[in-house]
Amino acid sequence: MSTRIVIDPITRIEGHLRIEAEVKNGKVSNAYSSGTMVRGIEIILRGRDPRDAWAFTERACGVCTTVHALASVRTVENAVGIVVPPNAELVRNLMFCAQYLQDHVVHFYQLHALDWVDVVSALKANPVEAESIAQSISPWPKNSRTYFKEVQNRVKALVESGQLGIFANGYWGHPAYKLPPAVNLIGVAHYLDALEWQKEIIKVHTIFGGKNPHPNYLVGGVPCAVNTEDANAINAERLAYVGTLIGNAIDFVEQVYVPDLLAVASFYKEWFSIGGGLKNYLAYGDLPTNGYNDPSNFKFQRGAILNRNLNEVFEVKGEDPEEVREYVTHSWYKYAGGDAKSLPPWNGETDLNFTGPKPPYEQLNVDGKYSWIKTPRWKDNPMEVGPLARLLVAFASGNTDVKEVITETLKKFDAPVTALFSTLGRTAARGLETKLVAHWMKEFHQDLITNIKNGDIRMFNSEKWEPKTWPKEAKGVGLSEAPRGALAHWIDIKDEKIANYQLVVPSTWNASPRDANGKRSAYEASLLDTPMANPEQPLEILRTVHSFDPCIACAVHLHDPEGKHLNRISFM
Amino acid sequence: MPDQPQTLWEKMQSQGYSRRDFMRFCAYITAAAGIHASGLSKVAKALETKPRPPVVWFHFQECTCCSESFIRSSHPIVSDIILDKISLDYSETLQAAAGHQAEAALHNTMEKYKGEYIMTVEGSVPTKDGGVYCTIGGRTALDIVKEAAEGAKAIIAWGSCASNGCIQASKPNPTGATPIHEVITNKTVIKVPGCPPIAEVMAGVIVYILAFDRLPQLDGLGRPQSFYSTRVHDSCYRRPYYDAGLFVETFDDDAAKKGHCLYKMGCRGPVTYNSCGIIRWNNGVSYPIQSGHGCIGCSEASFWDNGPFYRHLASFPGFGIETTADTIGTVAAIGAGAGVAGHAIATNIRKRRLIKQEMEHSVKNEDVASANEQKGGE
Repeated sequence: MSTRIVIDPITRIEGHLRIEAEVKNGKVSNAYSSGTMVRGIEIILRGRDPRDAWAFTERACGVCTTVHALASVRTVENAVGIVVPPNAELVRNLMFCAQYLQDHVVHFYQLHALDWVDVVSALKANPVEAESIAQSISPWPKNSRTYFKEVQNRVKALVESGQLGIFANGYWGHPAYKLPPAVNLIGVAHYLDALEWQKEIIKVHTIFGGKNPHPNYLVGGVPCAVNTEDANAINAERLAYVGTLIGNAIDFVEQVYVPDLLAVASFYKEWFSIGGGLKNYLAYGDLPTNGYNDPSNFKFQRGAILNRNLNEVFEVKGEDPEEVREYVTHSWYKYAGGDAKSLPPWNGETDLNFTGPKPPYEQLNVDGKYSWIKTPRWKDNPMEVGPLARLLVAFASGNTDVKEVITETLKKFDAPVTALFSTLGRTAARGLETKLVAHWMKEFHQDLITNIKNGDIRMFNSEKWEPKTWPKEAKGVGLSEAPRGALAHWIDIKDEKIANYQLVVPSTWNASPRDANGKRSAYEASLLDTPMANPEQPLEILRTVHSFDPCIACAVHLHDPEGKHLNRISFM
Repeated sequence: MPDQPQTLWEKMQSQGYSRRDFMRFCAYITAAAGIHASGLSKVAKALETKPRPPVVWFHFQECTCCSESFIRSSHPIVSDIILDKISLDYSETLQAAAGHQAEAALHNTMEKYKGEYIMTVEGSVPTKDGGVYCTIGGRTALDIVKEAAEGAKAIIAWGSCASNGCIQASKPNPTGATPIHEVITNKTVIKVPGCPPIAEVMAGVIVYILAFDRLPQLDGLGRPQSFYSTRVHDSCYRRPYYDAGLFVETFDDDAAKKGHCLYKMGCRGPVTYNSCGIIRWNNGVSYPIQSGHGCIGCSEASFWDNGPFYRHLASFPGFGIETTADTIGTVAAIGAGAGVAGHAIATNIRKRRLIKQEMEHSVKNEDVASANEQKGGE
């Protein structure tokens, strides 16, 4: 007999996600993923100045802030043919790296850790034992018994106050928690450290972009100017500030995040064979070292892997209408030509069409439409995107940095490469790439200083800033790798205005409902066969869903090039 | 286990903090909340006698940038707020529990602390088509917000989404995105606009309520005066260049490299009320103008429709501009096609009213201040 369970809201994510699952004989036998909120940013973009699009699309997500802004300026630059100066590319890379560092650390501790770390168990820990374990895996100076005792007292006070706050009603004591109390205590302590540290690294955004979340970007370069002889621009002090932040980030990632990740993983090895899901992986690649138009010199490679065959990497082209296409068969939209066929983003349509049950509802009609998320496919294949896809594509493309870090880690667990195709593999990939990104960031910082030292202080290419210099019609695509995976924007510019704008974002790939052929996307596929100790307390489902780091506000979107349904709303 | 939740002072004692630490902490948050130093004893007394107030934090149509901003707070740091100062009983971003367990935590607080909990909302509420554009646990945002507002002691609208609808409410507002004060009309809604608001401003608003057990003083638009009474333009360190008529003409030009005024690059500082120039961002590191980009006016209603962002505000740049900025309601200021201009005029009429209110208010305050001074002198 199967039991239907509903988890809504899925918490510790960005956005509104609902999972409905069937559990049979203690395992998930079927799962449905639904995005339950929509805003309509794409239709709002129509008719506006393409140079403003970065600010609008940046608001697609405040957790992965900046990533849409970056994809957007690239899209417009691609459309009208702007090449940004090398320094602007470096500043964009630095902001990209800062985002990865902050986002991945916050994901591991604030969004994912409580799936593995039992906070209440930490009360039973011996701080001396926690000290000895922590010091055996890391030189992090705060790992002392006094410190662990303080944290323990703090948690104790919280529990005794009767107001558990964010820890209220957690799954404490659930049989799927396997960490000994001392390791739980280390986890809780570093949860607090991570929360405090993350507000530091994002100051890189504040320095170059003026604020975080949502720093400022600019079509043609970056808005901050360089002047080594003035306090009002990027100067020696600002560069030194960034350098210090990077140094501290490397310490935090190497001495806290990665050791904790490996320690936690060592108690949950069975999760290296749970939650693999799809066998196809897609990455657009990013972090240019020779300009955005030369993907062969990206730090993260571009490509697709099918059927887990790491011996072959397929070329990926954003501008090819036969590659990325979207279905709405099970999404609350309708296509003029029928919902069975997919459409490429440049010709995409969206017409809001809610056919779900009238709220309040208990269950969705999963045979029909059941999500605000569309279903993208690459050459009609469902693809997983994200840190794992990124590392696999890089690994298969022969990226030596990536090969080294993966091989070294697998050796520690005495595990084969296939262990990566799992919930824990996904979580591990995120930590490993964070370490790489931290070191790459240091290189970019040094390169920027070298350029400035050599007299190149250009940050902006003003040549095509004025829209009147643009062709009457221009189409562009901008590819990037958001922390959560492959991200692309498509633009169609007519008469200096946005005629059409489309976002296909990482969580659209991963969280989407089934396609017209009934094929599952990543979340739904990876949840199959997940063991459930107690369906009433769906901790195991949260582990796998969280391993993707869901970000749902980005994933739901709408536009309507025909303007049919939505045109009825007058534009004043 | 005690029946009564611990007060902050008790909590700090149990963590080994001294009375002196406690007083220093009180001084810190007093300053953070923009409270005059004479209010310190009041803050200390409030914090040492109160249990941690329960807070329920909703997410509707939003991007979570407000939550992300909140966790960037450096004074107080956010773990101190959520573990020691408030009890964050419902937060989809941070709470351990999901699904039914999360909903149970919410309802437990709403029942147990009826009339006592602080309700904070991040995001707008879609009202079109029966609210189907945002549901949580199968219920519409509209339903949820109305139910929760009933028993709330205070309601805070975080960010521009909840305060004025923000991006999803900009034209043509496909989902009927509506700010909270238009959905909850029988209670005061404290608006903390910005996309997102500054972290320390968010923390400061919470600290204010906690310390004084009352809502912060609000301006005519429902924003805490302590953070939204100054125009970015009036607190801008580049203001002297504006007054001297020295402007950036294109990004990365010589003027940009010297930090001249960004007015001609579309800066909205002259029509934006926020603390960016004073508190600055991410513990005072910088703010948009300091980093070379104009203010986009993200704390003002309809700022998305007052673009394009790089078209400068109306009028001739130079010495005469100040008049224009202050009497902006009389000018069809930000032209971007007839539709947007129409909207801009509506905004500007509101703005004119606001400026008038602000001016009257500041006159009143000056009167009070001078009266106080006289008293002090007696």
